Amino acid sequence: MSQNTMNLKVKVWRQKNANAQGAFVTYDVAGISDEMSFLEMMDILNERLITEGGDPVAFDHDCREGICGMCSMYINGKPHGPWQANTTCQLHMRAFKDGETIVIEPWRANSFPIVKDLTVDRSAFDRIIQAGGYISLNTGNAVDGNSIPIEKQNADDAFAAAMCIGCGACVAACKNSSAMLFLSAKVSHLALLPQGAPERKSRVLNMVAQMDKEGFGSCTNTGACEATCPKEISIANIARLNSEYLGASLSAQ
Amino acid sequence: MLDAKIPSGNLDDKWVDYKGHCKLVNPANKRKMEVIIVGTGLAGASAAASMAELGYKVKAFCFQDSPRRAHSIAAQGGINAAKNYQNDGDSIFRLFYDTIKGGDYRSREANVHRLAEVSTNIIDQCVAQGVPFAREYGGLLSNRSFGGTQVQRTFYAAGQTGQQLLIGAYQALERQVALGNVTMHTRHEMLDIVKIDGKAKGIIARNLITGELEKHFGHAVLICSGGYGNVYYLSTNAMGSNVTAAWKAHKQGAYFANPCFTQIHPTCIPVSGDHQSKLTLMSESLRNDGRIWVPKNVGETRKANDILEAERDYFLERRYPAFGNLVPRDVASRAAKERCDAGFGVGTSKQAVYLDYAAAIERYGKIEVSKQGLSNVSSEQIIAMGKEVVKEKYGNLFNMYAKITGENPYEVPMRIYPAVHYTMGGLWVDYELQTTVPGLFALGESNFSDHGANRLGASALMQGLADGYFVAPYTVGNNLADEIYNAAIPTTHPAFEEAAKNVAARIASLKNINGKQSAESFHKRLGKIIWNECGMSRNEAGLKQAILDLQALKKEFWSDLRIPGEINEYNPELDKANRVADFIELGELMCVDALAREESCGGHFREEYQTPEGEALRDDEKFMYVAAWENKGAHEWQLHKEALKYDVIKPSQRNYK
Repeated sequence: MSQNTMNLKVKVWRQKNANAQGAFVTYDVAGISDEMSFLEMMDILNERLITEGGDPVAFDHDCREGICGMCSMYINGKPHGPWQANTTCQLHMRAFKDGETIVIEPWRANSFPIVKDLTVDRSAFDRIIQAGGYISLNTGNAVDGNSIPIEKQNADDAFAAAMCIGCGACVAACKNSSAMLFLSAKVSHLALLPQGAPERKSRVLNMVAQMDKEGFGSCTNTGACEATCPKEISIANIARLNSEYLGASLSAQ
Repeated sequence: MLDAKIPSGNLDDKWVDYKGHCKLVNPANKRKMEVIIVGTGLAGASAAASMAELGYKVKAFCFQDSPRRAHSIAAQGGINAAKNYQNDGDSIFRLFYDTIKGGDYRSREANVHRLAEVSTNIIDQCVAQGVPFAREYGGLLSNRSFGGTQVQRTFYAAGQTGQQLLIGAYQALERQVALGNVTMHTRHEMLDIVKIDGKAKGIIARNLITGELEKHFGHAVLICSGGYGNVYYLSTNAMGSNVTAAWKAHKQGAYFANPCFTQIHPTCIPVSGDHQSKLTLMSESLRNDGRIWVPKNVGETRKANDILEAERDYFLERRYPAFGNLVPRDVASRAAKERCDAGFGVGTSKQAVYLDYAAAIERYGKIEVSKQGLSNVSSEQIIAMGKEVVKEKYGNLFNMYAKITGENPYEVPMRIYPAVHYTMGGLWVDYELQTTVPGLFALGESNFSDHGANRLGASALMQGLADGYFVAPYTVGNNLADEIYNAAIPTTHPAFEEAAKNVAARIASLKNINGKQSAESFHKRLGKIIWNECGMSRNEAGLKQAILDLQALKKEFWSDLRIPGEINEYNPELDKANRVADFIELGELMCVDALAREESCGGHFREEYQTPEGEALRDDEKFMYVAAWENKGAHEWQLHKEALKYDVIKPSQRNYK
């Protein structure tokens, strides 16, 4: 419980807007407690920049408890930083050493254009969901919840896939900027449940088509997405996606 | 006296009769009617999807980059429903009764009964959408217990129930976006309500990327913008959660009800220092198995594991033997504060109590030994097996604790302390969820309606979805039926121009202060005042001082604020300043309300009004009403009362002993 303080340098990507030229700027941050969260360190930097009359670093964040998926920094070459199964907002300064230089970049992917500094536009993910990431059901049409029994293993697997927080770290980690882990998580979640069966084929075809349209790259199975996913979404979902896609394509012809 | 327009008839029949007799809008007319929805959490997303499915043209707004990020997503524990799948005596009446009692008899019977009635539909709807609730080996839905109840009626998806429910509503919403029935405006913030002939007819929203002000018309406006817990600066709310939309509605004539009813959740990770930006909840479900204690000695310096059993005070079990560690949140929080204030707190700050899993680990270990038919098992092996069981049940929460504190909760007791979590107060609404401004509705946490002076666990998700899926589609429709003769009003109407001009002027005046202090620094100071004087316990002198302090803070804010950057660009500091300005005003109203309510009830604990045992002492003679405040100008409010009539339940002192 004893606090240690450290002095660090942060090298941050600064870019005024989507069209401006960006560059790295290095700042000193002093007196950082190892009990702080990473974003609290950024708050301290921003507070100083504001008092000095500068422009604070823009970054997305909201819940700060690892579930909303809004935070999105590429820290020392890894999406969400060095800890396993973790989001940037849950990263704490214990992970760093006194005197260290921390490099902070935005998610880098053509399909996630930069808004400002470390903030990017991930609306492509919403459009992929719009293409079929749901069960077509109007409010009021449901039968009793227990009239649809679901094998526990399937329910658990569907839940494991549905844990995706839509942060985009999988895309940022992939050398091809592929969105396959994100997409496969949604396809798997719904394909594993009986409620998802009626639209199973059209869903996968339409969502894949939308993913391609958004310009995400191809999957070459390096597993970088799985390794970086804060919710540890399994790459086995991509295999399931491929088999769903293949099955749907064959029967569609 | 305010009229809540509660339908006549028996409590059981009110909602059924209302639905049978409310006015309808035919499909051709629905297509011509526009509905604005501000906020896309459980209430907003479910309302947007449901209204669009009915055929209305919906425009939805959220400040986040996607509707899926709304803070409903962070709810951990579960959602209640009177399904009685466990055959343990649950019923609509019992859920209704528990909610009224839990709220310390300060909520409206008719609304709460309706909530309990539709609770069962919510579970069905969510299952049909593909929400992966926890299941038993037989394939059926699983339930667990929560505070303030003696049945198992809580449905859950591990510690991520809010996430799964929100994703369900979000997917339904995105389906309507794809069908062209909803226009989604992300990264937009509502900054004013536009009224024409006394009715809400639209909003002014700021595009947070470009800074542009936009005018949007709607035949009705639904505020679904959540609660105002961030007035305390430190809370379990998301950083962006704010009162701005609700506060603008209030400034435009919507009464604000029971603002001092705020919920302090007992089990959160304690503050570690001045740098702290937010607090993290540890789910109430942990109180199912964890035991809460402090040392019996004042100023104890030994480590938790070195303190003998006889030297520990399990204060909840001692004070409330019937409910033990599962008393409602307000009761548990106050008891923890009482021990810390008396000098028994633990950790470096002494503002924490222990939540201990050692007994549960041992108990589960022994069960495993017996299940597996083992003999000659060492105590180390029992502990190891117990840890595995606890890991399966609560692993994600234990991991979160370890990440934040750097301590291993399987080895040492967790340190917890109460933190602001939810606000029961909000915009006053009638039975139809309509505010005092015609055409302006409030759903979910942004209204005051269902939780009285204290909300029971797993009820917020229930209320958000009840309002959005099953209540608003009927009640908003009933009001829109009168609007079918009124064509859409072009946003060139002078009322829109005027409202946009006012918003622009306010932003410019904030920006032009050109002072020295950041919005964040004002927010921190605001939070300290409110937490100290209008937090877990309140008294007359403190509240009076807080009002003066807040008025001074407001003055300082408006003379020394510094907003970097420009107005017409992406500028998160400007967004924050807008929100903090509203929070400061709300803070004052909270203190005014707390001062006027000379009784203790639920989360509102006035030190002057307590029983000899230190429990909340209500004054039903004088205060059995909803306090709805009308804004009358700067620092001025007029109180309107809605009398609470209990036809079915007889109020008594809450007893959890």
